[in-house]
Amino acid sequence: MFDFLIQGFGVALTPLNLGLAFLGALLGTLFGALPGIGPINGIAILMPLAYTLGLPAESALILLAGVYTGAEYGGRMSSILLNVPGDAGAVMTTLDGHPLAKKGLAGPALGLSAVSSFVGATIAIIGLTLFAPLLAEVAVMFGPAEFFALMVFAFASMSVMMGKDPIKTAIGAVLGVMVAMVGVDSGTGVLRYTFGMAELYDGIDFVVMIIGLFAISEILLMLEHANRSDADEGMPPLGRVMVSVKELLFCKWAMLRSALIGFIVGVLPGTGASVAGAVAYTTEKRLSDKDNTFGTGDMRGLAAPEAANNAAAAGSFVPMLTLGIPGSGTTAVLLGALMLYNITPGPMMFTERPEVAGGLIASLYIGNIVLLALNLPLAGVFARVLTIPRWVLVPGIAILAFVGVYQLHSDLTAIYLMLIIGIVGYLLRKLGFSLAPVILGYVLGGLMEDNLRRALSISGGDLGILWQSGISLGLWIAAALLLTLPWLLPRLLSGKATDKA
Amino acid sequence: MRFNKALCYWPALLALGGTLLAGTVQAQSGATECIAPAKPGGGYDLTCRLAANGLQETDLIDRPMMVSYMPGGIGAVAYNHVNGVRKDDPSLIVAASTGAAVNLALGKFGQYDANEVRWLGALGADYGAIVVKADAPWQSLEELMTDLQTEPGEIVFGAGGTVGSQDWMKAALTAKAADISPRDLRYVAFEGGGESLAALLGNHIQVFTGDLSELSSQLESGKVRVLAALSEERLEGPYADIPTAAEQGYDVQWPIWRGYYMGPEVSDEAYQAWVDKLKTLSEKEKFAELREARGLFPMARFGDDFDGYVKDQVAQFKQLAEEVGLTQ
Repeated sequence: MFDFLIQGFGVALTPLNLGLAFLGALLGTLFGALPGIGPINGIAILMPLAYTLGLPAESALILLAGVYTGAEYGGRMSSILLNVPGDAGAVMTTLDGHPLAKKGLAGPALGLSAVSSFVGATIAIIGLTLFAPLLAEVAVMFGPAEFFALMVFAFASMSVMMGKDPIKTAIGAVLGVMVAMVGVDSGTGVLRYTFGMAELYDGIDFVVMIIGLFAISEILLMLEHANRSDADEGMPPLGRVMVSVKELLFCKWAMLRSALIGFIVGVLPGTGASVAGAVAYTTEKRLSDKDNTFGTGDMRGLAAPEAANNAAAAGSFVPMLTLGIPGSGTTAVLLGALMLYNITPGPMMFTERPEVAGGLIASLYIGNIVLLALNLPLAGVFARVLTIPRWVLVPGIAILAFVGVYQLHSDLTAIYLMLIIGIVGYLLRKLGFSLAPVILGYVLGGLMEDNLRRALSISGGDLGILWQSGISLGLWIAAALLLTLPWLLPRLLSGKATDKA
Repeated sequence: MRFNKALCYWPALLALGGTLLAGTVQAQSGATECIAPAKPGGGYDLTCRLAANGLQETDLIDRPMMVSYMPGGIGAVAYNHVNGVRKDDPSLIVAASTGAAVNLALGKFGQYDANEVRWLGALGADYGAIVVKADAPWQSLEELMTDLQTEPGEIVFGAGGTVGSQDWMKAALTAKAADISPRDLRYVAFEGGGESLAALLGNHIQVFTGDLSELSSQLESGKVRVLAALSEERLEGPYADIPTAAEQGYDVQWPIWRGYYMGPEVSDEAYQAWVDKLKTLSEKEKFAELREARGLFPMARFGDDFDGYVKDQVAQFKQLAEEVGLTQ
């Protein structure tokens, strides 16, 4: 039954393919670490190159898959070091990753997140190898109504992030939802909040949004501090570089749980690494944040989203390989690459082109080990980014942000938008808002609206469709429990206590 | 000093990133360029690369053609850019498709209409398809149409574009052919063909109006049934068994051409030179291979022929949009 995998390892372990896996992993890490270039751009840049070089299909795919998984590893670096997510999946990584760096634990944070990424990806790849066809059947059972219920569940699990200032969290999330409304309305084709500007028809791009909100506002904050007399309060000296075994064991359950969550979210077509990271983080905070340390540099709060986003990246291969349906934007581009080689992904691929299907899965295993080997020793080197003085760092981030956004759109409007969003982000931070709810509102709100509209156009406006299936009903109940239990449980328990007394 | 190593590393990272980025952004003088009015990886990217790789491999250009991306407004941003900024650039072509014609008809390209640019030619086409799940009750287009006439509200259509997009047009035209107003059609807009296909396989929608080229793997695995190809004539190869809508008595055609336009003030010589170049390319054997690898069927319309074709199409879409009350 696993003949294809044995054959796959044979293919993946040839010197050429091993080299390509290594190259892909290295480039992917770089693409992921640079804000503005994510896995999609990385693959789109390398795809024509691989084709022109005349690489055989399986080698090209091994290179591109290496870039994809590498980017998920790389995205965490700037999240941790600069508080700027390197790509979509790494937004939640900033929440505890950056505070750790501020405590002087940048090295261990990078090491821990490399190990979490490895654990997340490995569990997902094993899941992919063993259960792919079965999972694909379940994944298509998720229709618009089920996705809507899933988004309600995700919003409900966000309530845990309310923290000290629930009003500000709610306002932030609503702001994010409002940004998601800009553009052509998918249900009717009507333009919303575009002010007649064609540049806004497609809505506000994710990259523009994160770079503006995180990178530009971070630059503004740095500039503000640079002009103060206490300019050097900045970063503490770097402490130790390696993560300890004790710390890893401390996070083991966070990693395992989040890997599972990430894999499941990744398998569903239409939800990707960013949703996976958000659900994993909020779940972990709810389950294990007994002393309210999440958000202040808790190792588990770093391990959870990293394990999840890497697991989601591997999970999104399931619908692509088994059904020929891309599970994420990046796998859609990979699908395009396969078509160039006249290979049509789908169940037939495992029997007709086992060297491609097996080679790809085998290369995911190998690429992952390569990435861990690459990232652990380099953690110390990367951590030194923090010792770069501000007068080098600030212009550096600014250049990356501007070039990244410009290359995406070849258009100045995107730059202006990024700056406006950046200034708003800066003001929000000065007012004590957290940026994560804004981004989550933006990602989840858009998905939630689209799927609600889709579900209602299927049913012809009948709301009943939203809780008709077992899956959606289960998600609604889970969401209701999430919202009411924290309020209900103490009351029930104290009620019992008084009875006894 | 402590940060020596980092200082060496960081600029290197910057330089490498910068080179990669600059490569896709910076224009070289004397070189040719194709703008894909979308993000990398989509249909417009494919259209540009078809011209770029084809012209390169058949030695019709000596330097590689640069492909740059200008997403926004489903092509509107690039259209405005060419009409406003690079009106007379003789080395620039822009990818377009049936989707652009639909948006021009709907007035979504702002102040400019289809008469503004110089339509250059099309190098290939894909065709719409009416797809149902393999275990669906309908064996032919006629059976589906009959059921649709009796209970239009019970059969849910879905595809990868909004109401008014080219994906929706396929569903609307099909409904019209069955004498059903597109307004009564139950239509669900997904994000791209992949999501629509997933919804079809999961029984969330009953009919998917997709494109033939994206269906090849599903056809092989036997999970879906194509009731009709929306092509003028029956296609070859793996699609030879699929009847056209016209064969079954319904006049619905939906070719999705993949072509190019140039700025409004490009000189006649430059325009004609491009027309000749693309025409020569389309006749090469090597090009046929490249086209097929991208899942495209042959289509060769160039120069005035193509210009007239696009303008006719836009007028036809405009009429349909007015009928269903879509124009703004």
